[in-house]
Amino acid sequence: MTNIPILKERKKQIYHKGEGVFDLTCDTKSLAGSVSQRACVFCGSRVVLYPIADALHLIHGPIGCASYTWDIRGALSSGPELHRMSFSTDLRERDIIFGGEKKLYASLVQLIDTYRPNAAFVYCTCIIGIIGDDVDSVCKRVTEEKGIPVLPVHSEGFKGTKKDGYKAACESLSMLVGTGSVEDIGKYAINIMGEFNIAGEAWTIKEYYENMGLEVVAVFTGDGRVENIKRSHGALLNVVQCSGSILRLAQIMEEKYGIPYIRVSYFGIEDMSKALYDVAAHFKDNLGIMKKTKEIVRNEIDTIYPDLLRYKKALSGRKAAIYVGGAFKAFSMIKALRSLGIDVVLAGSQTGNKDDYKVLRDMCDEGTVILDDANPLELSKYCIEKGADLFVGGVKERPIAYKLGIAFCDHNHERKISLAGYSGMINLAKEVYSSVLSPVWKFAPQRMISQKNMTRR
Amino acid sequence: MLLRHTPKEIVERKSLTVNPAKTCQPIGAMYASLGIHGCLPHSHGSQGCYAYHRSTLTRHYKEPVMAATSSFTEGASVFGGQANLLQAMDNIFTIYNPDVIAVHTTCLSETIGDDVPQIFGKAKTDGKIPEGKYVFHASTPSYVGTHVTGFANMTKAMVDYFAKQNGHKENRINIIPGWVEPSDMKEIKRITGELGIDFIMFPDTDNVLNSPQTGKFEMYPKGGVTIDELISTGSSSGTVALGGLASGPAAKALDSKCKVPCKILDLPIGIKATDRFVDTLRKMAGVNVPESINIERGQLVDIVTDMQAYFYHKKVALVGDPDQLVALTEFLVSIDMMPIHILTGTKDKKFEKKILSLTEEMPHDVNVKSGGDMYLFHQWVKNEPVDLLIGNSYVKYIARDEDIPFIRYGFPILDRIGHSYFPMVCYRGAMRFLEKILDALMNRIDRDSSEIEFDLVM
Repeated sequence: MTNIPILKERKKQIYHKGEGVFDLTCDTKSLAGSVSQRACVFCGSRVVLYPIADALHLIHGPIGCASYTWDIRGALSSGPELHRMSFSTDLRERDIIFGGEKKLYASLVQLIDTYRPNAAFVYCTCIIGIIGDDVDSVCKRVTEEKGIPVLPVHSEGFKGTKKDGYKAACESLSMLVGTGSVEDIGKYAINIMGEFNIAGEAWTIKEYYENMGLEVVAVFTGDGRVENIKRSHGALLNVVQCSGSILRLAQIMEEKYGIPYIRVSYFGIEDMSKALYDVAAHFKDNLGIMKKTKEIVRNEIDTIYPDLLRYKKALSGRKAAIYVGGAFKAFSMIKALRSLGIDVVLAGSQTGNKDDYKVLRDMCDEGTVILDDANPLELSKYCIEKGADLFVGGVKERPIAYKLGIAFCDHNHERKISLAGYSGMINLAKEVYSSVLSPVWKFAPQRMISQKNMTRR
Repeated sequence: MLLRHTPKEIVERKSLTVNPAKTCQPIGAMYASLGIHGCLPHSHGSQGCYAYHRSTLTRHYKEPVMAATSSFTEGASVFGGQANLLQAMDNIFTIYNPDVIAVHTTCLSETIGDDVPQIFGKAKTDGKIPEGKYVFHASTPSYVGTHVTGFANMTKAMVDYFAKQNGHKENRINIIPGWVEPSDMKEIKRITGELGIDFIMFPDTDNVLNSPQTGKFEMYPKGGVTIDELISTGSSSGTVALGGLASGPAAKALDSKCKVPCKILDLPIGIKATDRFVDTLRKMAGVNVPESINIERGQLVDIVTDMQAYFYHKKVALVGDPDQLVALTEFLVSIDMMPIHILTGTKDKKFEKKILSLTEEMPHDVNVKSGGDMYLFHQWVKNEPVDLLIGNSYVKYIARDEDIPFIRYGFPILDRIGHSYFPMVCYRGAMRFLEKILDALMNRIDRDSSEIEFDLVM
């Protein structure tokens, strides 16, 4: 397994820290024939917009794209659940020949009449880009007839990478922003961006900000509501997490409304605290906010610290491999795992850019393998070579890690427990601990050889 | 959740699918391809397609699912995907070294009109296919048929590309198991082996998608039919195809290409269908049914006898794929239950007729639809509630909203394990089915009975 060859073209997307010049190739399309772990443009748009719970999400294309994305993300809503239904125009051969516009129109009208949503998103899939349906004008017509915003999302699967899907989603969102009233928004108002409320994480984060004395106008897009998005240009600061997915919208809002943005992460004590301090620092005219922030951080850390130390003691010296969607998440994970005494020996992402990878290189220890758009063979090769005890990744990586006899922590959209904020840090520690020190490894062949003497403490 | 968004009143919809009871062809083709040993399925289309198929299969099986993609770009969508597929084959054989690449198309590559056999021809001329390695393909546009069609097409492609006559008929039977779980394929193999019959099963995902924890990541697990075996199917003495929709096309192709006669049967779910399967094998191979199989059958009938009171006239709603639903309906009727709502997302001309004939003598009206969706299914259940729901994981919303006992059966199952290890076909599988039905019904009795009625012995 460790002797597998690496494709010539792939060599530039793999870097061993401490060896040679750093010039990682990224931001490229995956090589044809690669068993890449990436997805498509549609997937990118779908994940960004999906959590808006009171909007209609209609997928225009053959059935597959709707089936595979039916309620698979745990983006929680405190109210409406319309986003958890699956709506598709279910195009058939006839429609491919004669066009799908009529079907789209009829579907939109019927759905809007039935559900009275506050907005509708129409996702274009691959086929729409080929048969040339004029989705924009159908959306325009229905907007006029039904009096709600009906927004096209140009997410044809082949038109780039998942990142281009993020952009397409941001562009659709930008058509909503600025259409609501900002009258009653106060001086200390922010938008939370790039937080999708997986396992209720947005609620945790929102509570911190509110306790700091801030007003949260809109969350993009966790537990999202159309009305809040419409008035989100009334905020004075955009706080952007998971930068890849929603940065484009923050940039648009800066250009159009002059709203500055900062990039933050809510994973791990260090980054979580920095996020709160950075936001507080932005509102210089209100010293009370910083004072409250300090109190919150102190209290939260005091609460979790004893437990954290216990986990650290048990986990110290273990090695982890991280392979996540966006690179920004990898930065936080490295820090969070370090605070548990775990060293990162492999770090990679599906969609990182050049700057991201430079930061990643600087953060990592000598010998760490850095990967862009990796495949399962590469991941397993380096996991074994580097002796990883833990893999942090998503749905497709989990069974690979397990087969290798390596513990796993889901840091993707299928995670069931909140990993954000201070409480999330303890959840992360607990999850890592339970998997790394699971008794099952005593029965798994790989571990029987290498780590006979593992016991829980 | 769905309760709020699913009104009881049924309004006709012409152009809209809500909460699908189906998905697209390529995932079926991918699943079938994984039933070939040393095969890497390849999706000729955008990157997202195969990412979704891999994720869904991974969630269903909790196993690594390997496949490659042509990674279409805007350029490919204009100028065709030939360059992508050629590069892909080159890369795949260089780095992943499979025995065979099974290419399936997507809505994208079908619409732009890529000619896959022509691309294979070019690859051969250019020397991109190493000696002793194979490529083959199935056309699986997402806007035609459903996941079941994709499975059927890929299985048929195995025949079209590989089956050969070697001049004489071997004393051996081909078994095409249909879209069933690895555990079911294993059980069908066991029964056939028990009868002392030499056979080739294709596709065969046993030991591929239910592989053991070994401490190693195996790109190509041990199971699966080999290419040599696929070639030999052309000289077998007969074919038994289970499930007309999923296996029929391959069986017929084998008959017309290599003159291997076939019997197309229902999936062996339940007593009668398994009887027919065993009997067909017996006749085709000229063997006797051993006592061991008679005992299994007898045990199954014994459970039905013992528990008949619990089955009697219980109303059931079923949603899933046509081959499964036909066999399951027959099974439920045969144990005196009443399947009253039966819906599949796959359009199949014969489906509704078959179901109506199977339920003809049942003292209750039946709702049946092919080409429907979960939304309509839910509306039916709202309008006439049932005692039991059977379907894939998505039925859990309906079960929760309507507070009805529910058995997971079909594809996909995203929230439970077991289907890859424990069969639901043949006599022993039917016993497990009954156990599941009884557990669901009796747990409900226990839950709902008052303290006074609460009963120890059931």
